[in-house]
Parts: sequence; C-alpha cells; structure tokens
Amino acid sequence: MESQNVLEMSGIDKSFPGVKALNDVRFTLRKGEVHSLMGENGAGKSTLIKVMTGVYQKDAGQITINGEPMEFRSPQDAQNFGIGTVYQEISLCHNLTVAENTFIGRGNYRFVNWNEINARTKELLDSLGIPARPTQQLSSCSLAVQQMIAIARAIDMDCKILVLDEPTSSLDEDEVQKLFGLMRELKSRGVGIIFVTHFLDQVYEISDRITVLRNGQFIGEYEAETLPQLDLVSKMMGKALDAVADVHTQEPVLEDDSVPVLEATALSSAAGVQPFDFRIRKGEVNGFAGLLGSGRSESVRAIFAADKVTGGEVRVHGKRVKLTKPLRAMKHGIGYLPEDRKGDGLIAELSVRENIILALQVMKGFFRPLSRRQAEAFADEFIAALKIKTPTSSTPIESLSGGNQQKVILARWLLTRPDYLILDEPTRGIDVGTKVEIQKLVLRLASEGVSVTFISSEIEEMLRTCSRLIVMKDRAIVGELSGSSITESDVMHMIAGGGRE
Amino acid sequence: MQTTGTIKQREKLSNSDLLLVIAAGIFALMYGFAILSYPRSFLQFQTFFDLFSLNAPFIIITLGISVVMIGGGIDISVGSVMGLVTMSCAVLMELHDGSVGGAILLALAIGLAFGLLQGFLIAYLDIQPFIITLAGLFLGAGLLTIIHKDPLNVTSPAFVALRDYEIIVPWLGTTNRLGHFIPLQIKPGAIVVFVLVVVLVSMMKWSRFGRNLYAVGGNSQSARMLGINVKRTRFFSYVLCGVLAGSAGFVFVMTTGAGNVGNGAGMEMKAIAAAIIGGTMLNGGVGNLLGSPIGALTLLTINELIRAAGVDSNLQAIIAGLLLYLFIVLQSAVVSLRGGSSFALALPAWIPFARKG
Repeated sequence: MESQNVLEMSGIDKSFPGVKALNDVRFTLRKGEVHSLMGENGAGKSTLIKVMTGVYQKDAGQITINGEPMEFRSPQDAQNFGIGTVYQEISLCHNLTVAENTFIGRGNYRFVNWNEINARTKELLDSLGIPARPTQQLSSCSLAVQQMIAIARAIDMDCKILVLDEPTSSLDEDEVQKLFGLMRELKSRGVGIIFVTHFLDQVYEISDRITVLRNGQFIGEYEAETLPQLDLVSKMMGKALDAVADVHTQEPVLEDDSVPVLEATALSSAAGVQPFDFRIRKGEVNGFAGLLGSGRSESVRAIFAADKVTGGEVRVHGKRVKLTKPLRAMKHGIGYLPEDRKGDGLIAELSVRENIILALQVMKGFFRPLSRRQAEAFADEFIAALKIKTPTSSTPIESLSGGNQQKVILARWLLTRPDYLILDEPTRGIDVGTKVEIQKLVLRLASEGVSVTFISSEIEEMLRTCSRLIVMKDRAIVGELSGSSITESDVMHMIAGGGRE
Repeated sequence: MQTTGTIKQREKLSNSDLLLVIAAGIFALMYGFAILSYPRSFLQFQTFFDLFSLNAPFIIITLGISVVMIGGGIDISVGSVMGLVTMSCAVLMELHDGSVGGAILLALAIGLAFGLLQGFLIAYLDIQPFIITLAGLFLGAGLLTIIHKDPLNVTSPAFVALRDYEIIVPWLGTTNRLGHFIPLQIKPGAIVVFVLVVVLVSMMKWSRFGRNLYAVGGNSQSARMLGINVKRTRFFSYVLCGVLAGSAGFVFVMTTGAGNVGNGAGMEMKAIAAAIIGGTMLNGGVGNLLGSPIGALTLLTINELIRAAGVDSNLQAIIAGLLLYLFIVLQSAVVSLRGGSSFALALPAWIPFARKG
C-alpha cells in the first residue's frame, strides 16, 4: 500500500524533570490534509510539535517521514528538510527587518543580497496581503502582522509539512479567514498541515481529521465530520457525557437587589480576554467553567489586577475603584489564590509561618512588621483551623505535601479577612481528602458572608460548590448557568456551543 | 492596507543606526568643542590621525568587544590577552631572535587560543560569559608576569624599521609655529584599524555570520527557532574577539616597541565603555561597528581635552564614568520609548537577575 502518510509518529515519550509530558503518543499526517491537534493546556500539544521539529529530543518512539525514519537534532534540521513551523509564541527577531526575518537561517548563502530578499519579501507580502514593508523593523509591526510574517515565512519555505501552533490567537476574524484561505491553497498543493488551536469553531471549519491528547496521552484520532463538537469537548476533558447526576448542596442565591460586593463592567486585560461583565453578591459562590485556556484564569486575574488592566470599570460595594495592581485589590478586600501554586503562590524557601503572614504583611507595609509573637499566633491559629500537617510553623513550606502547601496559601488569604476571595484551581493536584476539606471550607466561608469565586477543571466539583457558573469559551463569556438543577452535560453543551438542553 | 501613492516610504532608522547617529553627533560635538577650545592642536590633521595611530590597539579591542556584545555576550579578557601578546612577541623577537612574521603569527595564535577556549566554554557548555572571561582575564595577566617581569625593548632591526615606519601624506600636512610645513604622518597601526573597520562593518552588514549574530543577540530563542545555529554563531563571535585581541597585542608592540607587564591592564573596561558610547547595547542585538571607533575616539578626545586643560587627570575617569551613565540611560530610554513599552533599564542577559520571566 503506497502510504499517503507524510508523517508518522508512534510511541513518543518525553519527560521533563518531574513531569511526564508525553506518554506513548502517536500521530499521523496525510498528504494534503489539515489535521488538528486538540487538547487542553498542558495536554502535550506543543511538546509533541517541538519533539517533531527537533526543539526537544524525544525519550522514546519513532518518527518517520515519507516512510523513512527521521530524527531532527535542531529546528534547523527540520526546516532544511521541509518542515515549516509557526510557533505559539512568535519566534522572530525584533531587531531585524521584516525581510530578514523572512529569510534568515534558510538555505545556503554566505552573504546577504539585500535587494533580492527585499524584493522577494515584497512579492510574498503582497501576494498574501500582509500590510508590512520588507525594510520595516519587525518591532514596529503589530503582533498580528508579526504573526502573519511568521506564517508567510513558513509558507515561502515550500514545505511538505506545515505546523501551525496556535497561529490564530492574535488574529482578527478577517485575518483568520485569510489564513484559512492560504491553508486550503497549500492543502490543494499536497502540503500536510498540523493545526493546533483552542478555538473549536475554527477546528471544524478547516480540519479533515482531529487527534486528541489529554495529560500527555493519546486519546484518539477522528474524522472531523463524524465527531460532534460535544464529543470532542468531552474527550478533551476526559468526562463521559452520561456523567452521574449531581447532588447539589449549594442553595441558589435568591435574587435580591443588594449592592454587589464586586461588579465589573467591560473589564479587559493585557492577557487578552474579551471585555466581560461580572458581579458577585455577598456570600455567593460562583465559578468560571470552561476548558483550560478558555480565559478563566485570565478573567479573574483581570479582576485582581494581576495582569495589566486595559479597560473597564470596577465597583466594590457600589463604589467605583481603580484597581491597577494586586495591592490595591487586596486593600479593597479581594484575595486571589493563583492557579500556579509553585510559580505565583508559595515562596519555597520560606517557612510555613512566613508564607502565611506574607499577604497581611504586604498590606500593612514592610516598615510595620508583625511581631514574632503575633506572627506565631496567626500561624498557629490557621494551622489548627485548616488542619495543616506541618511539624512546626517554621518548617520550610517546600517540605510539605501539595495539599498542605495549598492550605498554607489559603491561610495566607484568609488572614487578610477578605470580603471576596478568588480561588483559581485550589484543588488541583491535591488528594481527595483535602479537596473535600477545601470545598467545605468554601461553603463555610460563604455562609459567613464571604463571596467566593471558585475555579476548577472538575466541573462536578464546581457544581457542588457554586450556585452560579459562568461559562467561557475562546476567551469570552458564552453564558451563565444557575440553579440547583445544572448538570455536567449542561455545562459541556454550553462550552460546545449547543446552549442549554 | 496598501501604501497609498507610489512614493517609496522612508523607513524609520533602526535602533542600531539611531544610536550610531547619536554617537557620531556626540563625537562631532566633542571634537568641535575641542577645536574651539584648543584650535592650535585640535585643528591639525596630525592630531586627529594621531588618535588612530597611538590608540590603534584600543580601537581594535573595542571592535572585538562590540562584536561579542552584539551577540549578547561580553568578553573582559581582551585587555589581559592583549598584554600577554605584547610581552610574548617582545620575548620572541628580542630573546629568541624571532622574526616579525613569527611574532605576528604568535600574536594571532595566542588570541585564537583564548577565543577558541572561551568560545567553546561559553557557547557549547553554556557557561556565563562574564565568569569565563573573568577567568581569562586572570589567566592572561598571570601568564604575562611569568613570561617576563621587566620591560623588554625590542631592538631587532627589522622590527625597529616597522615600528618607525610612517606613511607620509604630503597634501594633508600642517605648518608649525616656526612656519615649517610638516606633512601628515600615519602609523601602520592606523592602517590596520581602517582595514579592520571596513572588513568588520561589511561582515556585520552582509555576511551570514554577521546577520545571524544580530539575531542571536536580539533573541537567541527565536534565532534558534528560525534555524540559526546559535551555539556556533556565539562560538565564532568569541573566536573573532580573541583573534582581534591578539592582533591588537601585536599592534601595541608595533606602536610602543616594548613588552611591559602593565600593557593592556584595565583596557577591557575602557573598551566596553567605548563600545557602549559607540551605540552598541549591552543586552545584545543592537549596534553598528562603525560606532566602535567613534566611541573610542570620543573617550580619547575627552582625555586629550582634559590633558590639554592641564587639570587633574583623575577627571578623565570621572567624566568617562558620568558619560557612561548618561549613555546607558539614554540607550535604554531611546529603545524602550520606540518600542512603545514603559521605560526600563536594558540589562544584558548575562547578569543573572536581569533575566525576565
């Protein structure tokens, strides 16, 4: 059988220190097809692509191209072989001109013929309708144009395989259509295209086949036509649709006219979420649902001003406030437990006690330090209240288990006595017992009048704790679900764009 | 969005070129001021060309260090390597009856050896360039004192002939106070500088290596993704810098005629200063090698001015220091204002805490 597969990858393993990023993953690409690689953030899509293009070396597995075993040692190797890649982060050089970025590192030359590369770049840019001049410095182009230039570069390489890793995230609708036009054209010329994106609608518009990864594992390879969007979502999330009916313990908040604890209108941030409206009442628990990468974290980070806020209006207890940095938000009674516990949350070398008092200390200012006795009292209080398992309060936090680390960070925020607490994935990677403890804690806080936003990748967990779910997709809010009868499949339908049943 | 009209749009200057223009402007101002203050000496062509003739080694190592800096690195061993070369050449020619040609080969070989070693350690083993070249600085200085402790004049006739050789340019001379016309004299060192500037500037503008080096200095991660062999490019930049330090060493001997333990000491720091004043940014990817001699000449002109004024020579260092502050802030301001981002000091990646993210 004359194989139509240009690319076959099988049994690919790749580990990073502490993480198994890819585990026995396979992927095939046919000539002249668009094959989407789908999965949530951290599912291993980008890693798989980087293994293929020689950025990373695989630990195990086999890659064959046109039937021949192939191993690339560097991106240069892959490029010379006819694999064009546009990476998620724009990987061009800002200090060079557009033309140079289009041609540098390609082919064999000793000296640069500026006239030639400028002329060829102009032709290329014109043919693709990209609004840039060859002699322009790349840094003076907008992000979208830079992305188009990266794509133009890959297209011009006359490649057999084109890899587009989230190329559309900085493009507007017109530009996306232009890109799709190009992809169809390349497809008809027999180029195999690997397309990675978070945007579900785009996947269905352009792909022939879809491969789904989850947690570094191969889940399946499907024909796009025969895979309903709903199935795709459930495969990405690893949830069967006939999930058990949920016991809902949280009473829906009665519609009342009291002033919301926090109300945001048309809020947007530099991290790129669509401007959104948001409000939360006293004692309410709500949640942001959506796939990883749908903009959940970015939305709450915008509320806490953890990312640069670029627009919108925030009212706290009805009073208009300008939250420009996290400290301002903290002073208005907002606490934020970040998704990335290791990176944004704990300070590994400091003790449990120091980690607990950190937020309060920051609010007080460093010139009015808490006394040692006060600090110890606070630490002991919360170690007892949250049942943190630690030998002493001066144990370095890094020697605690993940669940206990998370409780320490929770304690840090509880100590500031917030009116509104944002918990971004507080239960990720921790044991079941602690998970339940945290869920109970959230409900108890709510009964004490604290408003909580609870984000989790496990919808079922959110259904248990939240009275209102805000559903996000493709970095925008697509709907809201509330009431005690919401089910997991309602949420999935809304994510998949089906609306509520 | 097509550009309307057929008039070809003029591009904004790149950061490299803008900083070059600024550097040239400042040099012109400085030299203009010197001419106004001391017309008798600074108005002579001889004075201008003497800056090249007498400081050729300094300008050459500035070129070398600029190359490395454009690639995002640093090399602080160049002064020591140059000093080591001067003494080695002097010992070879004076104590071992070596020929001038042999001395040139030795100079290049020493520079090459340092460049290869340091380039390998930095590029392929990925060790911080500051540390590696600091080790090179000590190594060079140590070897220099071991080879020969006392000043050593080279007296071989062939060498003396080369040392005293001058190119006479009769149509650019000046008339001295007594009314005698003295033609312009240029030392071979200045010629070496001119040749190197032309070759290196062209290399950075047109050669594959030069362009790759800009990319690597601008963003090494992206450069790798674009298919550039980042390690090899870095490696060659250090090799080139080493070879230039070696040639600077020979030119040094050719200018002064002697090997001396103190030769080249501390010159790497002045060279870094000159490179920065010449518009090469410490954090890489920005710079034009034409700026390197301009930066060096600016520093030298300041020194000459202060010497002519007859004030405390410590003032030279003070003014150079203040000027450096001014330049680093100016560069950071210019680059970040043009980038549209908020103002932040541009710090090189080899300073550990400057790494972003």
